[in-house]
Amino acid sequence: MGRILATRLLRLGATLFAVTFLSFIMTSLLPGDPVNAILGVDAPRDQETVDRIRDELGLDKPLPVRYVNWLGSAVQGDLGESYINRGQTVWGDTIVQRLPVTAQLAFMAIIIAVILAVPIGVLGAYRQGRWEDQTTSAGVQVALSVPNFITGIFLIWLFAVKLKWLPASNWNRISDKGLIANLETAILPSTALALTQMAIFSRLVRSDMIATLQENFVLSAKAKGLSDRYVLFRHALRPSSLSLATIVGINFGALLGGTVVIETLFAIPGLGFRLINAINQRDILVIQGITVFVAVAYVLINTIVDLLYTVLDPRIRKG
Amino acid sequence: MTVVGSDTERLTRADNAEPLLVVKDLKTHFKIDAGIVKAVDGVSFELERGKTLGIVGESGSGKTVLSRSVMRLNIASNVINTGSIRYDGVELIDKSSKQMQKLWGVEMAMVFQDPMTSLNPVVRVGRQLTEHLRYHLGVGKAESRANAIELLRSVKIPEPESRIDNYPHEMSGGMRQRVCIAIALACGPKMLFADEPTTALDVTVQHQILNLLATQQQDRFMTMIMVTHDLGVVAGRTDEIAVMYAGKVVEKAPTPSLFADMRHPYTQALLWSIPKVSQPKHTRLSAIAGRPPDLINPPSGCSFSPRCPYAQDKCREEEPPLVAASTPGHEFACWYPVGSPENQEAYDRNLAAGVAVTLAAEGRITATEELTSDIIAADLINDVIDISNDEVGN
Repeated sequence: MGRILATRLLRLGATLFAVTFLSFIMTSLLPGDPVNAILGVDAPRDQETVDRIRDELGLDKPLPVRYVNWLGSAVQGDLGESYINRGQTVWGDTIVQRLPVTAQLAFMAIIIAVILAVPIGVLGAYRQGRWEDQTTSAGVQVALSVPNFITGIFLIWLFAVKLKWLPASNWNRISDKGLIANLETAILPSTALALTQMAIFSRLVRSDMIATLQENFVLSAKAKGLSDRYVLFRHALRPSSLSLATIVGINFGALLGGTVVIETLFAIPGLGFRLINAINQRDILVIQGITVFVAVAYVLINTIVDLLYTVLDPRIRKG
Repeated sequence: MTVVGSDTERLTRADNAEPLLVVKDLKTHFKIDAGIVKAVDGVSFELERGKTLGIVGESGSGKTVLSRSVMRLNIASNVINTGSIRYDGVELIDKSSKQMQKLWGVEMAMVFQDPMTSLNPVVRVGRQLTEHLRYHLGVGKAESRANAIELLRSVKIPEPESRIDNYPHEMSGGMRQRVCIAIALACGPKMLFADEPTTALDVTVQHQILNLLATQQQDRFMTMIMVTHDLGVVAGRTDEIAVMYAGKVVEKAPTPSLFADMRHPYTQALLWSIPKVSQPKHTRLSAIAGRPPDLINPPSGCSFSPRCPYAQDKCREEEPPLVAASTPGHEFACWYPVGSPENQEAYDRNLAAGVAVTLAAEGRITATEELTSDIIAADLINDVIDISNDEVGN
């Protein structure tokens, strides 16, 4: 276990270096000058002001120097300030503020997806090739091919416009309005996100389950006279969920940075929404900060998933 | 909808004392894209309470499918099961999987071939031992733990109190097979199927497992079907042996008569393929020439004829029926049975004609008695090994 953790941490370091460096280069390569964005389109621009701002932001220094400077403060927890909204820190005022929103969306999406995907996948494997399997497979195929903003628009139309059960957009924080009000605004966007995930998960569960059902231990469990449901869920499911655990981890990480469209559609003040704004405004440090944060979270989550394998399969524990 | 049978059914049963298991003309055919695989093709046998039947044959002879069919474990949409299986007076052939679930584990249980794969790798041994006990008999959690420990003790696993919390990968192969046996015994079944229970194990462990099965069978007065490819395994441990080839029983006899007077060339070939202690070093193993037949399009006539050193034109044209031999209960299906003058003639004729199979058979030892005594000798040696290895290897 100690060795696994050590290699993991080493790999984490390497990944973080690559991620920060690449995103730094790429944000610098974005067309458009941040100084223009800061000054605004109509502002009078004399060379003196431009130079002053460049100097202030350190933009006059060469790229490697800027990277090292940024990295130096980043490891101390200082991700800098927004160029546009001066005084707004990237860590405290942006990430800490908005992460809970995005994380909740991603988490709820994953939970909804898993809750739907496991029974669907198990049913498909159990009734492989029969009408139950064919119907669910077709449904899954549809869910997989519909982009989540279309699902989102449909959900808004159905539950907000037609039925008027839920608000169409906006976000209620738990701290302001309480849990119920929060869930009312969270359920539609997270369902929209969940549908694609559900499709991916249930396919994995189905194919892994089909393989597991060929195993001898499934036949021996059956020969004990246990009910099909017991054999499926208490014997076959756990050995069939290793790929599921992997993809849940990967996709949770991906959702942290991938809720952009849904957050925009539902006007949710999460990380993705802010990221889009920052990109439009060439607010380089905000882009940089959010990107790095998402990458770190992504790697950390996957490390946790790898450790989770040992829970799912005791044979890995000694390794 | 009675499943095992009502009380009246049990009463009538006790009166006429029917054998526990009566199988008549059982067929198991698999529909696959290439055609219909006749894995079991018209098998009949009876098995008295407390007796052991050995089913012997090479891979692909249908012996495993037969045992699973009798237990009705292979119910699926592409499987056609016909014939009759009367278990304890109740017909099983038309039962659904759901109805059979009430018999599985409780009335009939199976020990599988490979203990490495027939235990769930991610479930602790304790739960695997007793989950069906709890499911069928409603035994409570604490009680089932005590039961599990008792079961492990009965199959001679040391320190059962701690072993119960092991995962299968923490045990040796022999121990796992002991666990599998304990699982099969948990609900006290009347009928035990052992499907090649020792094939995946070390030779020394094999013997321990066979002994364990035998003592458990006696203690619990179980009826047993032991499936194996090894005549040596069933030699001293069964009351009756059925030799299977291409989905059919080709010879069936009480164990002593089979070894004293085997009539079918396939039985003889199986016996010859066991290496003998008395043979000189580096004697070539005598394998059976050719391959098991294609079960979709079996050869015409006797299905063993393409591999048989005695085969004549008649064998290739007409399928021999099962006929009674001189000893009661001994049946075989062969036109030129081993030990008859016709058989010798057929052999000489084939040899003279230069038939390849016959030439391959040339040079084999022919004295059957000598071979049987070899098996017994080998058994004795195993016993000695067994005593020195009495402690379960880990």
